[in-house]
Amino acid sequence: MNTGGTPEGTAGSGPATTPRADRTGRAAEPQVLVLAGGLSHEREVSLRSGRRVLDALRADGVQATVRDADLTLLPALVAEPPDVVIIAMHGAVGEDGSLRGVLDLCGVPYVGCDARTARVVWDKPSAKSVLREAGIPTPDWVALPHDRFSELGAGPVLDRIVDRLGLPLMVKPAHGGSGLGASVVREAAALPAAMVGCFAYDETALVERYVAGTDVSVSVLDLGDGPRPLPAVEIVPHTGVYDYAARYTAGLTTWHVPARLDPAVAGAVADLAVRAHAALGLRDLSRVNLIVDVDGRPHVLGLSVAPGMTETSLLPMAVAAAGMDFGKLLGTLIARASGRS
Amino acid sequence: MADRGSGTTLDDYTGRYAQRVQGMTASEIRALFAVTSRPEVVSLAGGAPFVSALPLDAVGDMLATLVGTHGASALQYGLGQGDPALRERICEVMSLSGIDASCGASPDDVVVTVGGQHALDLIGRVFLDPGDVVLAEGPSYVGALGVFQAAQADVVHVPLDDDGLIPAALEEALATVTKAGKRAKFLYTVPAYHNPAGVTLSEPRREQVLAIAQRAGLLVVEDDPYGLLGFDGEPLPALRSRVRDGVLYVGTFSKTFAPGLRVGWVLAPHAVREKLVIASEAQILCPSALAQAAVTTYFTTMPWREQIKTFRELYQERRDALLHALTDLMPAGTRWTHPRGGFYVWLTLPPGLNAKEMLPRAVTARVAYVPGTGFYADGSGTGHLRLSYCFPPPERIREGVRRLADVIGQEMAIRRVFGTGAPADEPSVSWTPAGTFGAAAGHTPAPDVS
Repeated sequence: MNTGGTPEGTAGSGPATTPRADRTGRAAEPQVLVLAGGLSHEREVSLRSGRRVLDALRADGVQATVRDADLTLLPALVAEPPDVVIIAMHGAVGEDGSLRGVLDLCGVPYVGCDARTARVVWDKPSAKSVLREAGIPTPDWVALPHDRFSELGAGPVLDRIVDRLGLPLMVKPAHGGSGLGASVVREAAALPAAMVGCFAYDETALVERYVAGTDVSVSVLDLGDGPRPLPAVEIVPHTGVYDYAARYTAGLTTWHVPARLDPAVAGAVADLAVRAHAALGLRDLSRVNLIVDVDGRPHVLGLSVAPGMTETSLLPMAVAAAGMDFGKLLGTLIARASGRS
Repeated sequence: MADRGSGTTLDDYTGRYAQRVQGMTASEIRALFAVTSRPEVVSLAGGAPFVSALPLDAVGDMLATLVGTHGASALQYGLGQGDPALRERICEVMSLSGIDASCGASPDDVVVTVGGQHALDLIGRVFLDPGDVVLAEGPSYVGALGVFQAAQADVVHVPLDDDGLIPAALEEALATVTKAGKRAKFLYTVPAYHNPAGVTLSEPRREQVLAIAQRAGLLVVEDDPYGLLGFDGEPLPALRSRVRDGVLYVGTFSKTFAPGLRVGWVLAPHAVREKLVIASEAQILCPSALAQAAVTTYFTTMPWREQIKTFRELYQERRDALLHALTDLMPAGTRWTHPRGGFYVWLTLPPGLNAKEMLPRAVTARVAYVPGTGFYADGSGTGHLRLSYCFPPPERIREGVRRLADVIGQEMAIRRVFGTGAPADEPSVSWTPAGTFGAAAGHTPAPDVS
C-alpha cells in the first residue's frame, strides 16, 4: 500500500522536463506522469487504474511514472514538469476540475477535458441540466443537500419526491462514482435509509426516477476527427445490482461487447452518447452511462471525465472490442494533449 | 472477450473455484481503507505495533552480524517444527505468563509458525471439518474468524463483558450446540487484552472457564498476542499455565518484537504437536530460518525485557490519550471499554447508529476505524467499532477522536432527521451466531459512559 508521494507501481525516473532532446538532438519520447490515488472514497480504484495505465504506456515504450496528488506533487511539477499528465484519479480531486486547474496553473497539459467542463460534469445535477437543455433524455430528478431536509422536515420533502417522481427511485450521491452510496428504492418506507446511506458519501443527494431496462456504457473518443463512439458495453450484474463488488470483482458481472441491442437501438445509443459528450463540451475521451428502457429508448444517466481503467473497467473493454490497442490509444491522446501545451 | 452470445465475466476460472472462496469479492469497506495510507488520515483502524520504538540501529547491526556469522544456516532450509534454540527462547518468554516446566511446557512441544495467524490456520487444518462448530468470543479476532470461515466451520459467539468471556454464556452456548446435535471442536479465546474488545478475562473467570471446558471435554485455543503488554501490574497467568492438557497456546513475537519477521508459535500436547508439524510441513515446509535466527539472536543478546517495558509505557501513554479524548469529546450515549493492556478500545455507538454505514463519512473527515461487523461471523455488531491506539502518537489520537466525535454527531443528526436507526443486535447466544458484547440479555456489561 502506498505510504507517501509515490504510489505503488512507481519506478524509474521521476517526471521529466519538456521538451526533451537526446544527445543526437532528436526529439525524445514524451515523459508522461500518471496521477493516481487521491483521498477520495475511490482511491483504491484509482490506484488500480493508474497501474493499468502505467503498464499499458510502458508496454508501448512510453516513459511514464505514477504519482499521488499530495504535498510532493506541486514541487515536482515545478521542478521537473512532465510533458503530459494522465489523470487516473477518480472522485473529487481527479474529476471536479480542481486538479486540472492546478495543472493549468503549472502550464502542464493533460489528457481529457478542461477544468471548467470537469466541474460541470462532476456535479451530476448540473450535468443533467445541460443534457436536458440539449434535448438529451435523462431521468427526472431532484437534487437536495441534507440541510434542506433538516430545515424543511424530511417526511414532507420525501413525500413530495415520491409524489412527483414516483417509485422506484434511484438515490445516489450528487458527486462520485463506483456505485458508492447508491441504491434503488422500491418502497417509500425504504427511502429514508437510502438517503442516510447516500449522505454518508456526499452532502447532496440526487434522487432520480428509476428507469428499468438494459444498462449500457458508451465510451466516446475524439482523436482529432470529432467525437466517435466505441462499441457499447452491456452490463449484466449477476445479483441484479451493479454495486462495488459487481464492478470490481471479475466473475460477478457479465459484460457484453457490443451490447445485445437491436441495430436501430444501438445506433440511437451511440448517437446519444456522442451528443451528450458534445453537449457538455468534453474532449479526448469520456464514458457515458445510459439505460435503454423496455421500449428501446435510451436515457443518459451520467458521464465520467476520468473513466475507470482497471481490469474490469468499461472503457478498456470497449477499446479492445473496437480492435484498438489501449497503449497506442493512450499514446495518441498524449500526443493530442501535448499539442495543447 | 467480445463474444456477442455469452459475453464475458473477465474470469475464465468461474466454476472451478473452491466453495470456500465464494465470498471473496471486492469490498467497499476494504476499498475505503485505502486512504489510511495517506498521512492526512488519522488511522485508528490498524493494529500495527509501533516498531519505530525498537532500537533499529542496534537491530540492524544484529541482523548484519547474524548473516555475516551464521549466514550459511540462516539462509538454509530448517526444521519443520522450528529451530530448537528458538523454541528454548520461546519457553523463556512463555514463563513470563506462568507457562513453564511446572505445567509441562517444553521446547519439544513448541511448533514455530509464520506468525500467530499461521498458528491459527494450522489449528484449523488439524481440527476442523466443514460444518464443525467453533465457539469464539463475540466479538472475536477477525483473523481467526477468517481461518474458521476458510475451514467452513460454524462460529457460535459467546458474549463478553468487562471481565471477559461470560462463563454462564459459555455454558449456554455449549448447551445450544449440544441441543442442535453438534459438538464444539474448541473454544477460541483471547483472554488477555482482547482484540477487539480490549477486556481481560478476570482471575475467577479463568478458573470457571477452564472448569466448564474440562467438564464438557472442550478444547481451548488460547491466543495470547498481547499478554506481556499489560499496563497495570503483572499479567494474569495464562490459561495454559493452570492446566497441563486441554489448552493449545498460541503466541507471537509480532507485538513484543517485530511483526515483519512473522514468527509465532503453538504450544501443544505431544499428539497434537505431531500433527501440527506435519500440517505445517505440508503447507510451508519450514518457517523462515533467517527470521527465526533473528528472533533467537534478539532474545538472546539484546535487552528484550527492557524493550517490552518500553512498549508497555508507550502504549499506556497512547491508551491514556485515547481514553481521555473519548471522555472529553464523545457525544452522550457513546460507551467504550477500558483496556488494561494491548492495543484496542471497543466503542459502542449511540443507539441507532451503524458503524459500517458511517465509515464513508469518517473517511471524508480523515479518520478511520474498523466497523464492529468485521468481528462477528454473522455480520452483527453494527453498533460497534474498534479503535486502535498502538500506532498514532497521542496528539494524533486526540485529533482522530475529535474528528470521530464530529462524525458521530453528524450521523446522529442525519438519522434524527430521517428517523432511521441501525438494526438491533441479536440479544444472546443462539444457534445462529449472535452473541454481542454489550448486548447480551442478563449479562449487561458496564463499560465507561461519557
